[in-house]
Amino acid sequence: MAQATATPEAAGAAATEGAKEDVKEDVKIIGIVCNWCSYAGADGAGTARLKQPLNLRLVRVPCTGRIDPLLALKAFEKGADGVLVSGCHPGDCHYSEGNYYARRKLELLTRMLPHLGVEPDRFKYTWVSASEGARWQQVVTEFVGKVKALGPREGRAL
Amino acid sequence: MRIGVFVCHCGTNIAGTVDSRGIAARAAELKDVVHTEDLIYTCSEPGQAAIQKAIKEKGLTRVVVAACSPHMHEVTFRRCVEGAGLNPYLFEMANIREHCSWIHDDYEKATEKAYEIIKMAVAKVRLLEPLYSNEVDVNKDVLVIGGGVAGIQTALDLADAGLKVTIVERETTIGGTMARLDKTFPTIDCSACILTPRMVDAAQHENIEILAYSEVDKVSGYVGNFTVDIRRKAAMVDWTKCIGCEICVQKCPAKAPDTFNVGLAETKAIYIPFPQAVPKRAAIQTDYCRWFQQGKCRVCERVCPAEAIDYEQHDQYLERKYGAIVVATGLDVFPWEEYYHEYGSGHIPDVISGLQYERMLNASGPTHGHVVRPSTMGRKDQEPEEPKTVVFVQCVGSRDESVGRPYCSSVCCMYTAKQAILTKSHCGMDTEIYVFYIDIRATGKGYEEFVKRAQTEFGVKYVRGRVSKLYEDTLPDGGRKVMVRGMDTLLGKQVEIAADLVVLASGITAADGAVQLAQKLNISYDEFGFYKESHPKLRPVETNTAGVFLAGACQSPKDIPTAVAQASGTAAKVLGLLAKDKLKTSPQIAVVDQSRCVSCWKCVEVCPFSAPEKQELRDGTQKSHIIETVCQGCGICVATCPVNCIELKGFTTDALIDQLEEALLA
Repeated sequence: MAQATATPEAAGAAATEGAKEDVKEDVKIIGIVCNWCSYAGADGAGTARLKQPLNLRLVRVPCTGRIDPLLALKAFEKGADGVLVSGCHPGDCHYSEGNYYARRKLELLTRMLPHLGVEPDRFKYTWVSASEGARWQQVVTEFVGKVKALGPREGRAL
Repeated sequence: MRIGVFVCHCGTNIAGTVDSRGIAARAAELKDVVHTEDLIYTCSEPGQAAIQKAIKEKGLTRVVVAACSPHMHEVTFRRCVEGAGLNPYLFEMANIREHCSWIHDDYEKATEKAYEIIKMAVAKVRLLEPLYSNEVDVNKDVLVIGGGVAGIQTALDLADAGLKVTIVERETTIGGTMARLDKTFPTIDCSACILTPRMVDAAQHENIEILAYSEVDKVSGYVGNFTVDIRRKAAMVDWTKCIGCEICVQKCPAKAPDTFNVGLAETKAIYIPFPQAVPKRAAIQTDYCRWFQQGKCRVCERVCPAEAIDYEQHDQYLERKYGAIVVATGLDVFPWEEYYHEYGSGHIPDVISGLQYERMLNASGPTHGHVVRPSTMGRKDQEPEEPKTVVFVQCVGSRDESVGRPYCSSVCCMYTAKQAILTKSHCGMDTEIYVFYIDIRATGKGYEEFVKRAQTEFGVKYVRGRVSKLYEDTLPDGGRKVMVRGMDTLLGKQVEIAADLVVLASGITAADGAVQLAQKLNISYDEFGFYKESHPKLRPVETNTAGVFLAGACQSPKDIPTAVAQASGTAAKVLGLLAKDKLKTSPQIAVVDQSRCVSCWKCVEVCPFSAPEKQELRDGTQKSHIIETVCQGCGICVATCPVNCIELKGFTTDALIDQLEEALLA
C-alpha cells in the first residue's frame, strides 16, 4: 500500500508542477493487470465514465503472479515510456497468494530499474480491487502524469 | 491463418466516441486479417449471426471482437464462434468500451486508441491455439455459511431438491438477525411465527446438517471439489447429551451481557439465546463463568439432568468436501455509539438502537414486550415508566459520509414506520411520535402504503431533517427528558422536542469478520466489507470464484423479502451447477515442457492448488507434470520456473510480448 499512496503524493505534486511547462503528451505506457481485480476495477472505472488519460494500453493476465518481471523489461526495451502493474490487494488474491509472489519480484524490479537507466517514476506496481474504479482512475491519472513529466525515453540502453 | 475482426458500435456507447466503421475498415490492412465488419450490436442475435456467417463463408480461423469488456461477453462470443465450428479459444476480445470509449472524450484520439487496442488483440489472436476442456467429477454436497433467513432458505431449497446441505453457523443457534425481530414490515407479521418453523424445518430435514457454534477455518480446492476445514467451537457442553431444559441457565450464578438482546438485559454465563433456538443447546461463555475465571462453582454440572457439562471440551476440527459454497453471513448493526458522539455515544440510557427497540417490543424480549424507558428499568418498588413521547431518528450510520457510510441501508425507513405503528399499539394512540428523516425510501411492494398508514391512520409525525444533538435535561417538573434538537427543513426552522425515548434507526454494516472470510474463499468485497457479485445484473448471486455463491445481506443491505428471493435464486444457480455429473474445466492452464524441466520443483512449491506433481518418466527421471483438472490457470508457476519450461495456455509469453509490442509500435 505504501507503494500505492505514500510516495506518489509528493512526486505527483512535482509532476503537476512540471505539467505547466514541458509535459510531453506523447508517451506510451503499458499496463499489465490481473484479470480479477485491476482489470475489473478498470472496467468499473469505465462503466462509471471516469475519464482517464489516453496513454495507457492494458495487457490482461490471469494473476500478477503470472508476471515475469522480464515482461516489464521487455516493454521498456520495446519502447514503453512507463509500465504500470496492478493486481488484487495483498490478502485478496483470487488464487490466494499470487500477488505475494508478484510483490517480491516487482519490489526487486523497482529497485533494479534505476540501475538499468530507467527512472523510478516510470515503473509502478500497485493494487486496485474490482470495486475500486475511482482508485483506478486516480492511479492511472497520477502515474501517467508522472511519466508525461519525464517525457519519452530516448537514447537509453534499455 | 484467416482472421476476422468485428467492431461493435454498441449503439452509441462505443460509436459515440470511436469511429467503429472507420477502424473496422482500417483493420483490413492488418496482417492475416481477411474479413472486417462493423456491427451495431455485436452481442445481439443478428450480430452473432453475422460472425457465424463470416466464419463459414470466409473460412475464418481466428476471430477478434472489439466491443465491451471480456468480463461482459467473452463467454457469449466464445459460444458464438464455437457454434460456427471454430475452437472457442481461437477468439480474443478487444475492450474498446470500458477501456476506451467510456473514459475518453476526444473522438479522434479515442478512435486511434481503439484501433491500437484492436491491433494488440489481433497480435495476440495470431498466437492462440485451439484448446479443449477437460472434465472433472463433481461433489454434489453444498456448504451454506450462515444460518440466517437467507442461509436457511437456500439450504431448504437445495435440500428439497435432493442435495445434501451443511449449514455452518457461528452462533449457538440458527436464525440470524431475523430471529431478533419482533414483527416484519409491511404486514406486521410476527417475525418468529414466520422464521422459527423454517428453522425447525431445516433442523429436521433429512438432507440438512446444522453445525451451530462453528466457523469455517480454511477453504481449499475449486468448483465441484472444495475441501473445507470447519472449527466446532467448544461449548463446554456435550451437545449430544444436552436436552435444552435450561435448568443450568436458571441455576447459574454468574451474569453475562446478553448479546441476543443487544445489551438490554443480562443473561447467564451458561446460556441459550432465546426460547425457540435451533438447536436448543446450552453453551458456556468462559469469560464470565466462575469455574473458568475463579476455579470454583460447577453449579451447572451438578444441576444438569443429562450430565452434559464438559469443562474439558476443546475446539474440534472437521474436514469436509463440497461441490459448491453459499455465503449467507448476513449483517451487523452499525455500531453508532462509536461514531455519533452528538447522540451521546451510548451514554444516555433512553437513547437506543432500532434493534434494541425491536427486542423491547418482543414478547420474549427483556421487557416481555412492554415499551419502557430504559432509565427507569430495574428500580426498586417502582414499575418502569412507559414513554409518552418517542422520537425516531433515521439514517444513523446510513447515507452519512462523515461516518464512512454513504450507502442507504434500505430497511430503516420501513422498520422505523413499523416500530412507530407498534409503539402506538403498545403505548396507546395518544403517544406522541416523531420521525426525523432525510427521504423516505419505500420502494417495495406495499411499502409506500405502509408509511402512509403510519402517517395518516396512526398520526406519526414525520419531520424532514437531521437531528443535530441529543442531550439529557431535567424539566421544571423534575422529569428527565432526552432533548432532541434538529432541523425541520420543510419549515426551515430549528425544532426541539423533549422525548422520553429516542430510537436510532441504526443502519446495516457488513458482518464482523466478513473480510477474513472473503480472504479464505478468495472472493471480492467492497470498501465496506460487502461481498461483490460477479456482475450486478448478469450474475448477481455468483462471485468471481466459480462455485462460490452469495445470498442475503452479506452482498448488500437487504430486507427480508429481497434476501429470501435472492436466496432462492442462489439455490437455483447452485442446482444448475450441480445438476451436471461432470464439470468442464477451463483449458487455459499451465503445461510443462518436460524435455526442458530441470526437476527443481519450484513449481510444486509455489502452486496454491498442488497442481504440479512429480511424474516418473520411462527413463527413471522425475519431471514436473501439471494435473490438468487441478490447475486453475493462475500462471504463478510460469513466472517462477527458472528455465521457462512452463507455458500458460491462452496467455503464453510470446502472445503477451506480441501484444505489448504491437501497442508500442504504433
